[in-house]
Amino acid sequence: MISAADVFRVFQTHRGNAIVIPTGTSGRHWRDFTNNEKRDLTMGGAMGQTTAAALGIALGLPNEQVVLFDAEGALLMNLGILATIAGKQPQNFYHFLLDNECYATTGGQPVPNAKNINYAGMAKEAGYSAAYSFDDLETFGAQVGNILNEKGPVFIAIKVIPEVENEPIGRRERRPTRNRAETIRDLRAELGIA
Amino acid sequence: MSEEQAAILRPETLVEEFKKNGVTHVITIPDSETNYLYELMMEQPWLDIIPTSREGETFSIALGLSVGGKVPVCLIQNTGMMESGDSIRGMALDSGFPLVMVVGYRGWTRHGVITDSAARYTEPFLNAFRINYYLVESNEDGKRISTAFEEARATKRPVAVLIGDEYHGFNR
Repeated sequence: MISAADVFRVFQTHRGNAIVIPTGTSGRHWRDFTNNEKRDLTMGGAMGQTTAAALGIALGLPNEQVVLFDAEGALLMNLGILATIAGKQPQNFYHFLLDNECYATTGGQPVPNAKNINYAGMAKEAGYSAAYSFDDLETFGAQVGNILNEKGPVFIAIKVIPEVENEPIGRRERRPTRNRAETIRDLRAELGIA
Repeated sequence: MSEEQAAILRPETLVEEFKKNGVTHVITIPDSETNYLYELMMEQPWLDIIPTSREGETFSIALGLSVGGKVPVCLIQNTGMMESGDSIRGMALDSGFPLVMVVGYRGWTRHGVITDSAARYTEPFLNAFRINYYLVESNEDGKRISTAFEEARATKRPVAVLIGDEYHGFNR
């Protein structure tokens, strides 16, 4: 397993000009590594729906590279999206999955069949152009640059160390971040969309 | 053409209304009652059709497309709309962008008693979400679709168009 922070530390050196959409507990680390916040989007808001929103971004902005950092608990809520994405074949879409095998934000309960699901296999069989699985940082670091030069949709599953939260939600430390509307406003301004 | 035929809602009317209102993408799950509409939409070079696996996806994809400056429409059935409650709440209503959702009104009839629970709960569902809606049951009602687009643009909210004609209007 890899720490989510290490995944983002490595990824950001290959980010280029990509629009990045992080989600889930692991996705919070992206704010510590991003080098272009105007191209970061927060798209959460409904259960398991960030994946579909990211597909909409990729289809709506076909000339931009769109990178989603998904979470396995979220993906399991809406697995059919794999077929929806594969059906449209967005060549600019890179679907990373940070798989910590549990619902970290609710106390670490395992997701169904947590240790035995082959998410990359499901994506590949659904019709993604390519799919990869990583569970060590060295191999991931050696390959991620080339993967981002492939034509999408590409799926990249990564086993990450769970960071379980057990504090009641009201007592958890929260850092100020831009909300969804603000990230959308900033991206549209960056891209010159009225 | 008989009076009855003239009254039937034509799929061409929907497509014309979409074009008039600058629609770029229709996000949909095809159903047996709207097959001719689906085929007609697929023939339009200015329109991109996005088939989905579950109706809840349509509202999230619509949000993403709107970020990119596109004009999406969600085309689903009332049963799928009810399945989509959390997506409608979190992705459409909370985001504040104009969205027309065209909803097949399964089970609705102006004549006699409505027995299908899908129809009985459709309008209470929309009212609970405070989503305004327009009923389209004949070709003459087609202009209400443009009214829905105007309202969606003005309010930056979802507005529904209920297609009350699905049992005879959309198939060949």
